[in-house]
Amino acid sequence: MSTEWPLWEIFIRSQHGLAHKHVGSLHAPDAELAVKNARDVYTRRNEGVSIWAVRSADIVASSPDDREALFDPAGSKVYRHPTFFPMPDGVKHL
Amino acid sequence: MTGDESLFEYLLRLGDTDVVLAQRLGEWIGHGPVLEEDIGLANVGLDLLGQGRMWLSLAGEVEARFRGTGRDEDQLAFLRDGGAYRNLQLAEMPNGDFAMTMARQFYFDQWHTLLLRELAHSAEPRIAEIAAKAAKEAAYHVERSADWIVRLGDGTAESHARMQRALDALWPYTGEMFAADAVEQALAAAGIVPALDALRDPWHAAVAAVVTEATLALPSGEWMQGAQGRGGTQGLHTAHLGHLLAQMQYLQRAYPGATW
Repeated sequence: MSTEWPLWEIFIRSQHGLAHKHVGSLHAPDAELAVKNARDVYTRRNEGVSIWAVRSADIVASSPDDREALFDPAGSKVYRHPTFFPMPDGVKHL
Repeated sequence: MTGDESLFEYLLRLGDTDVVLAQRLGEWIGHGPVLEEDIGLANVGLDLLGQGRMWLSLAGEVEARFRGTGRDEDQLAFLRDGGAYRNLQLAEMPNGDFAMTMARQFYFDQWHTLLLRELAHSAEPRIAEIAAKAAKEAAYHVERSADWIVRLGDGTAESHARMQRALDALWPYTGEMFAADAVEQALAAAGIVPALDALRDPWHAAVAAVVTEATLALPSGEWMQGAQGRGGTQGLHTAHLGHLLAQMQYLQRAYPGATW
């Protein structure tokens, strides 16, 4: 039966002020039950204050084959890291 | 019956119904139609078990007031025979297929949430506290079971037929939920519990709304099992309870006092 139900990606916000974080996926027949199932499967131990459910099919993902073209060019550009500024005294946590 | 004896009796009814239904839901663990539902049913069962523990613990304290010594929650749950159990017959009905389990849950949840909301205003503060906590859990349970009634009723031809069959089969066991005997009448007069028959109309309206949305027919049979002061809450049970208790109590009966 589970193969007939679409897959949903579940995102949980663990506390106010933090972003929703991907926690896993589950099967559910529709959006409402996806949220309820997520509540039952992923928030049993007080993990969350908010749930997002997204149809896995609606997520657009980059292809592993494109990894070199997408990410390698960023590798040699150290000037993009803000590490060349002298730090003023007294600033500790920048 | 003194006030405390009535209170003890009533707390057993609340606690036993929770514990027995929790045991039934626990039977689904590892057998659910999908993993998500398996966990969902177990969650509801565990909520009810937690509530049952609170009611039975309180029952034991009340028992000590008129009997000198009271039993604790474990003694009450694991060392009483079927005839001493005070749960609604609806709670002990077998799981059957998934539709039967959801129909049982739906009828119960709709009543449970109404009852707990009233008990949260009980003149007995301990009852009010437990009910207020339990009402939040029950509000989720009823949403969940109503969702399933709608989806199965308004689903395929087969799920519709099974759901209708389940609603019809369990309908005669719903009357007991609203049948107050001398125990409930005495406690209602003292403001400790609501008048049970006052819950009937709101329950009927809530059930009818969901059943209609589910494109199902609300059963209309008037004959009700155990509703004439001769039901599970008076200790008269169906043949199913003994089997359930045999499994549930096996360990404490075979190895008295065993802990782990």
